[in-house]
Amino acid sequence: MLEKAIVLGCSAIGAGLAMIAGIGPGIGEGYAVGKACEAIGRQPECKGMVTSTMLMGCAVAETTGIYGFIVALMLMFVTPGMFLGQL
Amino acid sequence: MDDITGARIFWEWQLPLPAPFDVLQITDTEINLCFITLVLTLLCVFLTRKLKVRPTSKKQLIAEYIVKMADNFVLGNMGARFMNFVPFIAALFALSIFSSLSGLIGFYAPTADLSVLLGWALLVFVLITYYKFKSGGPVGYLKSYLEPIPILLPFNIISEIATPISMAFRHFGNIASGGVISTLLYGALAALSHMLLGWLPGWLGTIPIFQAGIPAVLSLYFDWFSGFLQAFIFCMLTMMYIASAAGEEEPAAEEK
Repeated sequence: MLEKAIVLGCSAIGAGLAMIAGIGPGIGEGYAVGKACEAIGRQPECKGMVTSTMLMGCAVAETTGIYGFIVALMLMFVTPGMFLGQL
Repeated sequence: MDDITGARIFWEWQLPLPAPFDVLQITDTEINLCFITLVLTLLCVFLTRKLKVRPTSKKQLIAEYIVKMADNFVLGNMGARFMNFVPFIAALFALSIFSSLSGLIGFYAPTADLSVLLGWALLVFVLITYYKFKSGGPVGYLKSYLEPIPILLPFNIISEIATPISMAFRHFGNIASGGVISTLLYGALAALSHMLLGWLPGWLGTIPIFQAGIPAVLSLYFDWFSGFLQAFIFCMLTMMYIASAAGEEEPAAEEK
């Protein structure tokens, strides 16, 4: 019983810690969008191209955050089952 | 939507193969994907019936607009020598959008399953490798791993493998995280309504005052915006990787 509780609790803590990875993409995307706003303010006629390039870059910058999310998902749903089967 | 689950498994077959391949499962994903493919096929058949040289019907105008948009999308990102990629990119885009939006009408969205995205990304990976072989030959392909200096070989191999994996995880993570966050919010709102009205007797205590309306705002972002954006990004990355794998020279133009 105690082992199960420890495994579940540590998995939840690990999942929470994994989501710290969300900070990086947040900062990066905010910076990219800010720069895109500056560019549009300077040259409003390039709005379409700047926006699509920015969305593209944002999606690529998001990758690390998504990796963190997937690690969190695995910690929440895959690892406890894997360990609890052995306990 | 009460719990965070994967796709439901309907049938299972045991296969005489080694460990990871020994179970063949038919899940929500496959069935919904077949259904979406059927809907898309019927839509295409419906839109392209009774075409005229001089369009008179509204639906032919819509079909022409879609085809023109796909042409311009590929032309703008890959160049004129890749115009035979238009059907592939358009199919990928339509399948991705319809899969993501099918979550809105209560289906399990196939794009929230990693297997589907990994399959698409592997397809793209095969195409990238094919075009690298074609542009540089086998020797040039192997040589490209030693590109700036030979000591970077492991990193080049990792970045080559990371391409399809990150493409698949990006799309999967965005759609799946939308589902997870919606579920969490739904649970929190249910708890809030219960706290506010739970002391009332009978059915009065079960009125979902908070669950109505508020999740719709989140769905607008996670289903509509994220679905469209991820379809766009996936197709865009596919086109850019393939175009850059084929190189700048023009031998691909004359074989067409």
